[in-house]
Amino acid sequence: MACLFFTLIVGLFVLYSASGQNLTRVYGQGINIIVALSFMWAAANVAPNQLERIALPLYTLGVLLLIAVALFGAVSHGARRWLSLGITQIQPSELMRIAMPMMLAWYFSKREGKPAMADFAIGGLLLLVPVALIIKQPDLGTAILIGASGFYILFLAGLSWKLLLGGAIAFAASTPLLWSSLHDYQRRRIEILLDPTQDPLGAGYHTIQAIIALGSGGIAGKGWIKGTQAQLDFLPERSTDFIFAVFGEEFGLLGNALLLVLFSLIILRGLIIASQAQSTFTRLLAGSITLTFFTYAFVNMGMVSGILPVVGVPLPLISYGGTSMVTLCLSFGILMSIQTHKKLVAS
Amino acid sequence: MRAELKNYQHEQYYFKLRLGFAAFVVLALFGILATRFFYLQVNQYKHYQTLAENNRISLTPIVPNRGLILDKNGVVLAHNFFVYTLEITPSKIANLEATIVDISKLVEVSALDRKRFNKLRDESRNFESVPIRTHLNEVEAARFAVNHYRFPGVEIKSRLFRHYPMGKLGAHMVGYIGRINDKDLSNLEKAGDLSNYKGSDHVGKSGIEQFYERYLHGTTGFQQVEIDADGRAVRVLSSTAPAPGDNLVLSIDSKLQEIAETAFGDHRGALVAINPKTGEILSYVSEPTFDPNLFVDGIDVDNWKALNESIDKPLINRPIRGIYPPGSTFKPFVAMAGLEDGKRMPPFSIQDPGFFTLPGSAHRYRDWKPSGHGMVDMQRAITISCDTFFYGLALELGIDKLTSFVGHFGFGKKTDIDIQGETEGLLPTPEWKRRRFKQPWYPGETVIVGIGQGYTLVTPMQLAQATSILANNGVAMKPHLVTQIQKAISGENTMIPAIVQDTIKLNPDNIAIVKRGMMDVTLPGGTAASVGAGAPYAIAAKTGTAQVIGIKQNEKYNANSINERHRDHALFIAYAPAEDPTIAMAIIVENGQHGGSTAGPIARKVMDYYLLGKLPAPDKVLDETKTPLNSVTNKLATKPASAANGAKKLKPELAIPPEEELHD
Repeated sequence: MACLFFTLIVGLFVLYSASGQNLTRVYGQGINIIVALSFMWAAANVAPNQLERIALPLYTLGVLLLIAVALFGAVSHGARRWLSLGITQIQPSELMRIAMPMMLAWYFSKREGKPAMADFAIGGLLLLVPVALIIKQPDLGTAILIGASGFYILFLAGLSWKLLLGGAIAFAASTPLLWSSLHDYQRRRIEILLDPTQDPLGAGYHTIQAIIALGSGGIAGKGWIKGTQAQLDFLPERSTDFIFAVFGEEFGLLGNALLLVLFSLIILRGLIIASQAQSTFTRLLAGSITLTFFTYAFVNMGMVSGILPVVGVPLPLISYGGTSMVTLCLSFGILMSIQTHKKLVAS
Repeated sequence: MRAELKNYQHEQYYFKLRLGFAAFVVLALFGILATRFFYLQVNQYKHYQTLAENNRISLTPIVPNRGLILDKNGVVLAHNFFVYTLEITPSKIANLEATIVDISKLVEVSALDRKRFNKLRDESRNFESVPIRTHLNEVEAARFAVNHYRFPGVEIKSRLFRHYPMGKLGAHMVGYIGRINDKDLSNLEKAGDLSNYKGSDHVGKSGIEQFYERYLHGTTGFQQVEIDADGRAVRVLSSTAPAPGDNLVLSIDSKLQEIAETAFGDHRGALVAINPKTGEILSYVSEPTFDPNLFVDGIDVDNWKALNESIDKPLINRPIRGIYPPGSTFKPFVAMAGLEDGKRMPPFSIQDPGFFTLPGSAHRYRDWKPSGHGMVDMQRAITISCDTFFYGLALELGIDKLTSFVGHFGFGKKTDIDIQGETEGLLPTPEWKRRRFKQPWYPGETVIVGIGQGYTLVTPMQLAQATSILANNGVAMKPHLVTQIQKAISGENTMIPAIVQDTIKLNPDNIAIVKRGMMDVTLPGGTAASVGAGAPYAIAAKTGTAQVIGIKQNEKYNANSINERHRDHALFIAYAPAEDPTIAMAIIVENGQHGGSTAGPIARKVMDYYLLGKLPAPDKVLDETKTPLNSVTNKLATKPASAANGAKKLKPELAIPPEEELHD
């Protein structure tokens, strides 16, 4: 908990700097955090068995909404992600982030004991349908995160090593097929990842400027609000997906190390909660939530430091944005609920 | 129950194992990240540090003020002034079209302005400001300033413009600056000056502006400015002030210059006046002239066409690039050659029958006076411009001795005046003719060189310098226009000293003979008696005429019957006061017919002002009736056919060099 709050506060400071000392942005994020924390508090007070009960309906609703998006969704920035409900718009893929691990955890908790091969096949199908729908939107970042969250459940539920290995080989073999199914901009991103200098003013610009920001931060960093890359607008999307570059530039290697430690502590705590959880459902859910959090952090920092392709994944707890903050805190709320209710379940 | 419990425990264990594996993967991947951070932020720190600095810091040049050009009395010939320009930074403006329409409600924006704006905008980067209007007057500038708040991204800037307040006066001498072109760039690069021209748009293109570019330009200052990703300056980190260019003081008196130019009236031609004792140029005229202000920001097509295609060739720098046969103005120098070689020493005289023949030939080289001059000695030969006398002298000296001697007076080579682009003229030799025409030299060609005809070509500058050397008794002073170079800030003043270029060893007795002959030219009985009439100081002079078109054998030159452009060029050299000269000059009036009548009065006006401070009488009509006989010209008709052929190829009239040489 303490790590969580500390990270949130660090995030606010970085945001202040990243937004060009724009206090309204910081206030906005503050409100986001307050809303998200209240969601967390609410989720923490929901007993896991209640979660278990709503897992199936929530998942079904999510899939239906995703289909609706594919059919009637609003297009913005070349992607069809939003569903207009008259007054407001919703993004069903966000709902799926919570619904997916709940659904799979629920499914495998029903197959207690040793789940059969068929169960994994069904689980895989439950996972792939929404992921495919999201990839089609297209929203690779979210699809990867949801896919990962589902995969963690399959893995923790005991997916055989042989199958994992086989899957990895199959994946490697199907890479060319996958490549052809990717959108041009996604392919371009991967190409640019391999060599950002290919397109220094276009697609490679993000990565190059982010790496320059990180590298020029050095060991101690340039100091808060003193990052030239960030303050002089060289960094694109510096208060959202690329906020880590601002952080790395201004706080240097030491700041990065601190952030890694904070994230590690949060993940460790999550894994401990998972290991102490009493039911299969809570155990799997807690493990998946924690590892998904890790995925967020790793993919974002990896992309900013240029070892992963640029996909739209925010830095958890720090990037500006209400939706991801709420989703994250909601999942932390679930973790808390699992922790506080473990004895209840046990007894 | 037990089995179930065991199963449960087994499952718990199995789950923890997998969780542990996951934790291991998490740490491993974070480890990779940490390594990556270490690599970027420690190993590669220097590299990225530099890249970030390069992103951030921009070196902005601060263009120095160009030095002024002043006449000897401090009258400004070239200076800079600020003009207001209205400039738009397109990247800061959402709707450019609407903004321009709004601006045009405040200050006039013509279709031409918009055309230029669009052109400049295409050429510039998005974040650079581009002028929409230049030369705003005070009212317009004030009106916009009041409304400035309505136009973010539009600014009034003041830029320095070069201006020549005297306009056409001395344009060929002062020269002009123009936009730097590719050729200028490569020249600057070769000279290693390119870095000093970052930010400079202009460079001297001709005249003093070109020759003294190095002094006038100054040293560019630099400002380190922090910029953002859009190139906008955020703050100044450091700056090095520019050093303004040096001011140049010329030996020219602009009043004298004006008198000289005005004296030409509608005539085309050139005048160079030199102080023989110092080499300072006192007047430098090339008529017709042009307004150098037209060239400063790129001349427009119409004006360029008008100047470049005019048959008067106003863009030619006639004093150093116009080449003319010297005609009889050459005779004093041929006379010096003869006397120094011991030939025609007084009291040697000839009986002039009005023509000269080569031994063993019946061909007559006619004198301008068909009846002849009677008994003529060296001194009188100069005074009355006796052709027959010099035909014989030239032949006796021989072409090699003649040209090598007069070469000491600067003919056939550059005078080293401080203006670029001088041509060398031509002192013909047999060796030159072999190379040029693959033909042998004929004695007849030597004969006519004696009176400054044939292949001989001189620039007005050379003729003036030769006159100056003669006036100064053989001591050649380096001709120069700039007398002082002043540092703009410290006021430190460097005087350009008088430099002796060469000293010709001449016998004072011989000099006295030639000078006496030249003094008599402006006295009653001389060829320019009218020029000296009423002068309270003694003028030494020599008249000359250069033929523009060939006159056929037995044909009489009749000025009235031929095209004005084909009339003879009038030449005149003079110095005064004759006893102790302080001014020496050469004048060429194109198609002016005779030196004494058209060129002479110009010389008198210049000398009267220079020596007496006397302004010329307004609208003094040139008196043609007083001029002596002007048939000096048809003598060329009798030169050998071979020489005439060669001469035709060379065009002995004003040989105007090809256009591209003249104007770059």
